Amino acid sequence: MTAQSCPRQHCATTMDSAALEPSLYTVKAVFILDNDGNRLLSKYYDPELYPSMKEQKNFENNVFNKTHKADNEIAFLEGMTIVYKSSIDLFFYVVGSPQENELMLMAVLNCLFESLSQMLRKNVEKRTLLDNMDGVFLVVDEIIDGGVILESDPQQVIEKVNYRADDSPLSEQSVAQVLQSAKEQIKWSDSKITFLHDL
Amino acid sequence: MIKKFDKKDEESGSGSNPFQHLEKSAVLQEARIFNETPINPRRCLHILTKIIYLLNQGEHFGTTEATEAFFAMTRLFQSNDQTLRRMCYLTIKEMANISEDVIIVTSSLTKDMTGKEDVYRGPAIRALCRITDTTMLQAIERYMKQAIVDKVPSVSSSALVSSLHMVKMSFDVVKRWVNEAQEAASSDNIMVQYHALGLLYHLRKNDRLAVTKMLNKFTKSGLKSPFAYCMMIRIASKLLEETEGGHDSPLFDFIESCLRNKHEMVVYEAASAIVHMPNCTARELAPAVSVLQLFCSSPKAALRYAAVRTLNKVAMKHPSAVTACNLDLENLITDSNRSIATLAITTLLKTGSESSVDRLMKQISSFVSEISDEFKVVVVQAISALCQKYPRKHSVMMNFLSNMLRDDGGFEYKRAIVDCIISIIEENPESKETGLAHLCEFIEDCEHTVLATKILHLLGKEGPRTPTPSKYIRFIFNRVVLESEAVRAAAVSALAKFGAQNDDLLPSVLVLMKRCMMDSDDEVRDRATFYMNVLQQKQKALNAAYIFNGLSVSVPGLEKSLHQYTLEPSEKPFDMKTVPLATAPITEQKTEIAPVATSKLPEKLAPCRQDIYQEQLAAIPEFQALGPLFKSSEPVQLTEAETEYVVRCIKHAFTNHMIFQFDCTNTLNDQLLQRVLVQMEPSEAYEVLNYVPAPSLPYSQPGSCYSLVRLPEDDPTAVSCTFSCTMKYLVRDCDPNTGEPDDDGYDDEYVLEDLEVTVADHIQKVLKPNFGAAWDEIGDDNEKEETFALATVRTLDEAVNNIISFLGMQPCERSDKVPENKNSHVLFLAGVFRGGHDVLVRARLALADGVTMQVTVRSTDENVVDVILASVG
Repeated sequence: MTAQSCPRQHCATTMDSAALEPSLYTVKAVFILDNDGNRLLSKYYDPELYPSMKEQKNFENNVFNKTHKADNEIAFLEGMTIVYKSSIDLFFYVVGSPQENELMLMAVLNCLFESLSQMLRKNVEKRTLLDNMDGVFLVVDEIIDGGVILESDPQQVIEKVNYRADDSPLSEQSVAQVLQSAKEQIKWSDSKITFLHDL
Repeated sequence: MIKKFDKKDEESGSGSNPFQHLEKSAVLQEARIFNETPINPRRCLHILTKIIYLLNQGEHFGTTEATEAFFAMTRLFQSNDQTLRRMCYLTIKEMANISEDVIIVTSSLTKDMTGKEDVYRGPAIRALCRITDTTMLQAIERYMKQAIVDKVPSVSSSALVSSLHMVKMSFDVVKRWVNEAQEAASSDNIMVQYHALGLLYHLRKNDRLAVTKMLNKFTKSGLKSPFAYCMMIRIASKLLEETEGGHDSPLFDFIESCLRNKHEMVVYEAASAIVHMPNCTARELAPAVSVLQLFCSSPKAALRYAAVRTLNKVAMKHPSAVTACNLDLENLITDSNRSIATLAITTLLKTGSESSVDRLMKQISSFVSEISDEFKVVVVQAISALCQKYPRKHSVMMNFLSNMLRDDGGFEYKRAIVDCIISIIEENPESKETGLAHLCEFIEDCEHTVLATKILHLLGKEGPRTPTPSKYIRFIFNRVVLESEAVRAAAVSALAKFGAQNDDLLPSVLVLMKRCMMDSDDEVRDRATFYMNVLQQKQKALNAAYIFNGLSVSVPGLEKSLHQYTLEPSEKPFDMKTVPLATAPITEQKTEIAPVATSKLPEKLAPCRQDIYQEQLAAIPEFQALGPLFKSSEPVQLTEAETEYVVRCIKHAFTNHMIFQFDCTNTLNDQLLQRVLVQMEPSEAYEVLNYVPAPSLPYSQPGSCYSLVRLPEDDPTAVSCTFSCTMKYLVRDCDPNTGEPDDDGYDDEYVLEDLEVTVADHIQKVLKPNFGAAWDEIGDDNEKEETFALATVRTLDEAVNNIISFLGMQPCERSDKVPENKNSHVLFLAGVFRGGHDVLVRARLALADGVTMQVTVRSTDENVVDVILASVG
């Protein structure tokens, strides 16, 4: 969904332009990368910003290389303000124009992260995320629509998406898998018991 | 771990990513199960996810296959699985531009958007608006209006945001929903209110009164959403800027009151708005600066970043306002977020004293390699500003810059450094040799052609005038051996300048030139051959004309003239003097911008002003036989600012004529003016030949009329003249609302201010990079000298500026800058007089009680010398 072009981009070339054109178009792009910098999900809302896939991936690579080592929360790259956050093997990025209110971008990032965290029951890591990719797409769709912040309250997002991260209904899992996970659970509680015992 | 997808995926994937090796064709094959009955929601959901994932990875879908999958997907609307339906909406949006005939889902979506399931309604609206075009919009208009005022917030928000997206496409339709949006703006839901305000503003932004009303209403009643506050602050500051309203206006009060909002986001937005206001006083800035100061110690990196970035901006204009924050900024220079540290240091460099410079530079060099290019550019700009402020520190800076130049970095960064070094060299003559040495070292290993040629050009200009020019030859000739064509050509030009200026180097330069004549590239060979021949003549005048001071004509003008010449074959050789001159570039504006977003838009080469006028005038039949346009003056106002009619004049000089272009604007909305012309009465022997009236001048639409004047032929020294001007026209009263004029009109006239033609209107500025050579080239055949006493002028600066603006000539060799604490100064001016005669002026100024000035004028034409001297006296 490459939405309507944003009227603000014209003054986005320098940081100096006096004031922002008042507009609801706040978010230029959002993307989630894994710990090798591979794209898992990405959305560009301003058709003039990196129109081709190659430019987008270059940008993502550049951003990843500059940000994955230090968790600094905010960066300024290629003339864009970028706020980001990492969790285990995932990196979440929200991109805005250089004049954008950084705290608004942070609000979007936090909402995205919190919503996913709730939906994935705090397992914000690559495997869980990919297993619930449909839910992830829906969450992003509820937070940003064509660059406009649609919702910033994670609770609201979760209610609207109404997505149940699958609690492994038996029908879809093979018996072997159930056994396997049961075994693991037993092992785990065993070790806990031993651990307690040691105390 | 939650295992949901087929085992197969897991095996094929490389362990952790079930989507890793997805094949588009296989997925589309799988999509056939969409047609099976009963629908298996889980499997279908999985396949839709795969399709969206593939699209997101940039996989290309052909129209046919996309359309096929899309049509199969439409069947899934039969299932009532919520997530599946939501994924269908997403698929529709993703495929809206790829698949054909997406509008077939219109009725399904319309049903969902008006149905009972609230979960579906919002997303269905957004999907529907994505596939709707102007013609179909009418059909769903009724539903949209209802949805905007729906009591379910997600429905209302979705409708408002979708309407906003459609404003671009069908403004007129969406404008009809303004009442609904107005109602939604009073909603209790914070997001609905925000979206409604956003839409209302977009619909009304051209109506200042409506925007002001909206602001008043909502700022009084208070808003719920911090986003909405930010939006309102932006609107208010835009209004303030447009109306140039004083800072005592209620708008400013509103923004200032937001500094006390409970949300940091709003407080920051307000502070940032105040900081960005033009002409903000220190007192008005103070509260904004103090909240930013508080933010500097926030645990949130984004807030610290925002604060220090904004303070950095304040420091550019009001360094003293930021000094209060120096302590807080000091704490940030070791911040683990290097962007914050860099901004803090560059801010301190602007506000701190000269004594702290060394310490700060040391701090920043400890991590300069860790920061991104954008911020390195910020550092370089800060250094550049610092060098202007503390010229004595240039050796520290130069060292630092040369180290930076050795590090890795992109083009923008290197260019910033090179520009900075060049400006230091120009400001501080004593740093010239070190600077040139650093640049020489840099071009030894420089991958950027643009920079290499720029530096070679500079070496050619400055190198020959240093005490030991020979040491640069090696660096330049290395380029001829090692580099690409463009750089080699630039190196050849630079070499030629050494040969032309230093007689003892000439034999060696000629040897090197010979070597260059065997180059594989045409341009390099041509240049070498050309310079070789010029240099062998050993004539100063030739050197000056063809090596030091290049062409001064406008390139588009030259192109046009040559084209014209080829169209009309003639026996006469092409005359360079008929080509319009290039308007001398105004000294580059120093852009002191914090992180400059590297502009992604290609820079458009704007045709210069004079070329535009040339085109416009040539289009008028009366003016076709006048030859090329020589010079166009800056506009002169002939009326006061707030009068009924606003008239300004641009003077266009031709070889024997002048055209006066009057740009008139009628500011009375109950009048239509017709046949507008400006009648001119000259005071001297100028003859008005022709008037070209503006046929009609409706309210607020500017129009131009012209007067053609012949310059006196018998007296070439009559260059100045005063014209009394009267605007004459036919008035037709008209209805202010419709603009419909009455049938009858009456003649009327309006007296304008007098228009002066001065000597500056006859001279075009031309930059001679090497004034001395040009001076020798013209020779002293027509030289005249006179001494004047300027009693009214008190300083050398003032005198220099007066002379430049009076003669309208180009100062050369940076002689327009008078060094401090000097009692004498020499000003070099260059220009071309109407008719193509070069003219050079050397003015020696001495400061005693007043300023005494000795003017020496040289020109290729004797009359011109007289004209200049006569007009100065």
